[in-house]
Amino acid sequence: MNAIISISRRSFIIGVASTAGGMSLGFNVPFIKPALAEGAETAPEINAWVVIRPDDTVVIRIARSEMGQGTLTGLAQLVAEELNCDWSKVTTEYPSPAQNLARDRVWGNFSTGGSRGIRESHEYVRIGGAIAREMLIAAAAAEWGVPASECTARMGMVTHAASDRATFYGQLAAAAARMTPPANVTLKDPKDWTIAGKPLPRLDTADKLNGSQVYGIDLKLPNMLNAAIRACPYFGGKVESFDAAVVAEMPGVRTVVQVDETAVAVVADTWWRAKTALDALPVVWDEGPNRQVTSASIAAMLEEGLGANDAFIGAEQGDAGAALSAGGRTVTATYAYPYQNHATMEPMNATALYTPERCEVWVPTQNGEASLAAAAEAAGLPVQQCEVHKIHLGGGFGRRGNFQDYVRQAVSIAKQVPGAPVKLIWSREEDMLHGAYHPTTRCRLTGALDADGNLTALHMRISGQSILAAVRPEGMQNGMDPVVFQGLVLSGTEGTLGYTVDNLRIDHAMRNPPIPPGFWRGVNLNQNALYVECFMDELAHAAGVDPLAFRRKLMAKHPKHLAVLEAVAERIGWDTPPAAGVHRGLAQIMGFGSYVAAAAEVSVTDGQLRIHRIVAATDPGHVVNPAQVERQVEGSFVYGLSACIYGECTVNGGRMEQENFDSYEVMRMAEMPDVETIILPSGGFWGGVGEPTIAVAAPAVLNAIFAATGKRIRTLPLKNHDLA
Amino acid sequence: MARLIVNGTPRDIEVDPDTPLLWVIREQIGLTGTKYGCGVAACGACTVHIDGAATRSCVLPVSAVEPDQQITTIEGLSPDSSHPVQQAWLALDVPQCGYCQAGMIMAVAGLLMQNPNPTDEDINAEITNICRCGTYNRVRAAIKLAANGGEATQRG
Repeated sequence: MNAIISISRRSFIIGVASTAGGMSLGFNVPFIKPALAEGAETAPEINAWVVIRPDDTVVIRIARSEMGQGTLTGLAQLVAEELNCDWSKVTTEYPSPAQNLARDRVWGNFSTGGSRGIRESHEYVRIGGAIAREMLIAAAAAEWGVPASECTARMGMVTHAASDRATFYGQLAAAAARMTPPANVTLKDPKDWTIAGKPLPRLDTADKLNGSQVYGIDLKLPNMLNAAIRACPYFGGKVESFDAAVVAEMPGVRTVVQVDETAVAVVADTWWRAKTALDALPVVWDEGPNRQVTSASIAAMLEEGLGANDAFIGAEQGDAGAALSAGGRTVTATYAYPYQNHATMEPMNATALYTPERCEVWVPTQNGEASLAAAAEAAGLPVQQCEVHKIHLGGGFGRRGNFQDYVRQAVSIAKQVPGAPVKLIWSREEDMLHGAYHPTTRCRLTGALDADGNLTALHMRISGQSILAAVRPEGMQNGMDPVVFQGLVLSGTEGTLGYTVDNLRIDHAMRNPPIPPGFWRGVNLNQNALYVECFMDELAHAAGVDPLAFRRKLMAKHPKHLAVLEAVAERIGWDTPPAAGVHRGLAQIMGFGSYVAAAAEVSVTDGQLRIHRIVAATDPGHVVNPAQVERQVEGSFVYGLSACIYGECTVNGGRMEQENFDSYEVMRMAEMPDVETIILPSGGFWGGVGEPTIAVAAPAVLNAIFAATGKRIRTLPLKNHDLA
Repeated sequence: MARLIVNGTPRDIEVDPDTPLLWVIREQIGLTGTKYGCGVAACGACTVHIDGAATRSCVLPVSAVEPDQQITTIEGLSPDSSHPVQQAWLALDVPQCGYCQAGMIMAVAGLLMQNPNPTDEDINAEITNICRCGTYNRVRAAIKLAANGGEATQRG
């Protein structure tokens, strides 16, 4: 992956001397206003998506961000499929957000979240590839004086069989770039794919094996300074004062700056020196209005919402209230889901260069356009005088999309040292204390069972935090946050409830504690799946019915939900007894457009949980790279089970208590179960892959733990519970 | 002033003696393959070899490194990504975001030097690096691939 250098007039080679190993760490950074209209210096752009060099290298433009999820390779496969090029010649590059703006957003949306990278853009990137192919054919036909309809394109070559002529794309590219793009192209049927749909190796692996992959934190620019930052640890608090003189003479320190109302930063020659000085800097905080807020006070706030009269209704069928008070048998349970931090391995960072005329930012971002907007706002410059260079992300998980706090901070610092690039790196502690936390909610579920053990009514009351209310209020619908109901609604393509319950009500009492919430990989599907799927297990046991059989009876009208559930049940051998001491649990959900299920095998010995085996099934409609789907599904269990077992940020005195991985534990190798992935693409729709499976990890395991111990864990994380 | 031998090359570096080796490698020497993840030796992203032993460099003051000790970073593990661990990683396409992988590869290379054929229990005990993307199962498979000289094996 390179930044687009062909459309930059000049570029700096940023690198370091090679080591004894002889490895070059050169990094090519476009450093000046992109001159888009000038076209290519080194190779012709066939269209926005495809550049072909004379040596036949095909450069495919990728608008979405690569953060490990494999979107880069998948999107390249889709373009290459329609382009009919030689996959071994494919490389990729990111267009920049300012380039997108200057070209009327020819690359569409840059936002990379909600598992949308491929499912939202598959059509227009394939069209881009197909148009480029037709232009290459047209160029060849024109050169040979034959009808284009007699020419074919395959493996990076156009052939005219009748005259036995053939030419490589690299020779045609300059002429093709001048052809008029066809108004219409026909996309291939996925069943005819030869590049897309195949488990091709990732395009971005090699650089990750030898230290040459450049992340935002690794950026080097000439005369660059480094900044360490501390924001008020109390939510809602501010900087009252700080005594810069105390650290001004410390080694390497250039300046101490107030970043904004809430944060101070030390700028030094190296980051370590900046951090050392920051640690010594006396800062007095205006602790703000939330010093009395604790996890307990937040829990009480949410508990109140569980019984409140007013609530937004997300799903309703029949009359759940009447059916539940009709006097039959009812089951009630209350669940709780804590705050969690994204904890990307690469801490937040951004590098900014400000002059009164121009601001440039280099940043690992899930949304380059949001980064650009944040940079322009913080710089106080028109967006046309700003640029953002997207750098590879060391994890995103939702932290680096909607939230651009680190960009604003970096620009604010850079404004105070104009002319010098400043790299701002958050310490892990800063990262843990200033997250955009997975929101906290609680849920009370009440179900009614008839004499035959059938579920006749269900009320699900969610109480807790709205992400949209805090960060995207324009998405609210008459005061309601529709995203709260992920996976629970009755219609739509994003995530419907997989059960038919004659009398159903799912509602939300919004209770917003003063803790900043955010989109956290899986978002609200995580807790919603936990609530529904653990409670289904509770109902099945109350009814004395096998959990799979109990669900099946409610899923007749939901064949895709049922298909993935049946698949994991079959693979794990649900109908046969597990090994001695091993117990099983199931879960299914639909979210981000895909149907997912998991079956878990666990044992609990002397209170020690061991997760032996996970079987997971996914129906994302179409699959662009099955190997990549497998990786995302496996990884989902690390993320989802880390949340299940350890994930908890607790609030005390108006701030988070966890500051690093020693108090915010995550799963490691020793705890990782085997994961078997079943991919069941049923076609006809495009679902996401990066997130949905996370949601079934915890409920499958918790249901298995119940089978093993008879203990219902209704409050995450597991580490707070004694399983003995 | 500190004298360090990094990837076989002696370096004289002006640096505060308390500076963690990690930041000397990243900022003074300019080798950024070794990563900062936590600063408290909890995640392993900063793992390098010192005289062949995998070491978390984020809490090791540079003054604690002897002038004759050999420091190897991911950039020096092999000249051309040909180390068996790198080759196994490539064969199984292990990395996702990749940020933790340099530390992971260095930890595994260190383990295999001491224990050429580690059991699952050995791996569980020795490879405690954090990966948030969730590459653990591929890491385990790649360790076994590397240990077997490139031939795949079953877990167990």
